[in-house]
Amino acid sequence: MLEIQNLHARAGENEILKGIDLSVGAGEVHALMGPNGSGKSTLANVLAGQPSVEVTEGSVLYCGRDLLAMAPEERAREGVFLAFQYPVEIPGVTNSYFLKASVNALRKHRGEEELDAIDFLELVRDRMKAVEMDEKFLSRAINEGFSGGEKKRNEILQMALLEPRLAVLDETDSGLDIDALRIVADGVNHLRRRDRGMLVITHYQRLLEYIVPDRVHVLTEGRIAASGGKELALELEQRGYGWLEKEPEGAAAG
Amino acid sequence: MSALDEVRSRLLALHERVVDTGPAWLAPLRRRGGASFAAEGLPHTKLEEWRYTNLAGLAKQQLDLAEPGGGDVSRADLAALASPVFACSLHVFVDGFYAPKLSALGAHVENLASLSEAPAELGGLIDGKQHPLAALNTALLGDGALLRVPRGARIEEPIHVVFAATGAVRNPRLLVIAEAGSRVQVIQDHVSLSGDTGFTNAVTEIHVGADARVDLVNLQRESNASFHVSNTAARVERDGRLESHVLSLGGRLVRNDLTLTLAGEGGDATLNGLFVGGGERLIDNHSLVDHAVPHGTSRQLYKGILGGASRGVFRGRVVVRPDAQRTNAEQSNPNLLLSEGAEIDTKPQLEIHADDVKCSHGSSIGQLDEDALFYLRSRAIDPREARDLLTRGFAQEVLGALPVEALREGLGNALEQALAAAGSSVS
Repeated sequence: MLEIQNLHARAGENEILKGIDLSVGAGEVHALMGPNGSGKSTLANVLAGQPSVEVTEGSVLYCGRDLLAMAPEERAREGVFLAFQYPVEIPGVTNSYFLKASVNALRKHRGEEELDAIDFLELVRDRMKAVEMDEKFLSRAINEGFSGGEKKRNEILQMALLEPRLAVLDETDSGLDIDALRIVADGVNHLRRRDRGMLVITHYQRLLEYIVPDRVHVLTEGRIAASGGKELALELEQRGYGWLEKEPEGAAAG
Repeated sequence: MSALDEVRSRLLALHERVVDTGPAWLAPLRRRGGASFAAEGLPHTKLEEWRYTNLAGLAKQQLDLAEPGGGDVSRADLAALASPVFACSLHVFVDGFYAPKLSALGAHVENLASLSEAPAELGGLIDGKQHPLAALNTALLGDGALLRVPRGARIEEPIHVVFAATGAVRNPRLLVIAEAGSRVQVIQDHVSLSGDTGFTNAVTEIHVGADARVDLVNLQRESNASFHVSNTAARVERDGRLESHVLSLGGRLVRNDLTLTLAGEGGDATLNGLFVGGGERLIDNHSLVDHAVPHGTSRQLYKGILGGASRGVFRGRVVVRPDAQRTNAEQSNPNLLLSEGAEIDTKPQLEIHADDVKCSHGSSIGQLDEDALFYLRSRAIDPREARDLLTRGFAQEVLGALPVEALREGLGNALEQALAAAGSSVS
């Protein structure tokens, strides 16, 4: 479903991704771990099409298509979803207006009828219940004045509404208490299906107790330093990242 | 002869034509206005207050007076333009003339020209030397609206005063006298019938009595070929409260002057504004808030959205006099530029002569937030729609504060059109 090959990318002057190879198959959940500054968020942003990150080399195929040639909105319409690490606040635009515009843009692209206000409300109420989010957040401006946890929950709500084929979660667990963590994990597990893929970026092993990954990758200094099964996450928890960073360049690729 | 002198002569000729018409009390008033205007002439760009706003273009506007009677404007024309219309208390002036057929009479509003004597307050808040165009309004004064709200009266229904324009020079005049403890909402609505290339020169005077409350919405959505100058002067007495909302969506050249005096202790004023420019339009907002006595509060928020090659000007002066201790004054002017060619000149200004006050002011100029745009696009939303959403979101702070619910809902189309015009040159 997702094939990343030799991906190099820079933000401003700095080269941050230095040759990433990673593939996520349909039905798989991959965890991506690594220390701060290793390039995890940059990779997530490349996948979503953030214009400020420049891809200098390599390719990304999504369901056989050149993902990098697609505009951010096209990617979203084709089923790519990024849950942002720091969702932006947008004053003056209500959450409900935004969510409806988003859902309908997707439906239009699929040739489905757009939802009217009543049908949309029914849908969004149902999804909000699933992520245990109060309906008052519908009439608030997008993320404005939301706590960290509320913002993350709003991301998961969007994921539940858009039902992506490829979901990338960028440290959605950071700063969450255990209840919020469970809700995020439920949201992910609920979406888990044979035709969907997920890339879960996290700093901590604890999320992976709730979302059991098929594969775990470790990113250090812009490269995949190690890949393994779920037990790799446990090992990282015990040993930290130091032992991977010290290995000579190139030795741990793959 | 310069263009400004030529315009001055043409306008004075109009004054000579009308000076002795109508009720007897009007003539001396008009003469005084005419004399002030003749002495000062039209403001020119060498004056600091008019640096960015050149009125020479007036020479090309349609500068005659319309015939009385309201022309061929029908109620349907108006409904299409001045929506939402508040049928219960609607007062319509067409090219400056009262149109009784189009007006649904409510209590409290009278036509100035039908009064047997001049209201004592008429012209009292206007400084004709400082504002020669306001003096010109008096020089040409004819029909106009007098809204008097008796002591303690609370008018539930908003008073909707529509100034419709088809062309020509028009002199909208509105005098609001809210006596002590009264409460009223006024919507002053300037609209054009298509192709209007005329000149609006409006004067509004507001007296907010002790403990009275006045909400004023000045909604301007004239054609993009009209010239629109407005002068609003307000005086707030002890514990009185004024909310002013100035929305400038139309006009080729727009200049709004607002002068507010907090004359009684505990006076409170909210001054909001939203201006939207596109094409080669110019929108200039000048305000002067005078804290003359202690314990006054003023909050000013003017937001500008400029696209194409349009230009905006904001100059806000807040004066806190030596006696005006415990004054609380805020002033802010955030601006959104939608194109490379758009420009804003902004200058908030505080003059504080008292020492126990809380004052703040600021302005900002920015573009649409790229991260917010990306966020919306990453949720499948078309870039164009995303830009519109963010632009409307920027305007929302002012729109959401409008005192009349129906306006908040009903203004959508007018704003949409103005924003579309502003954003049309976005690359």
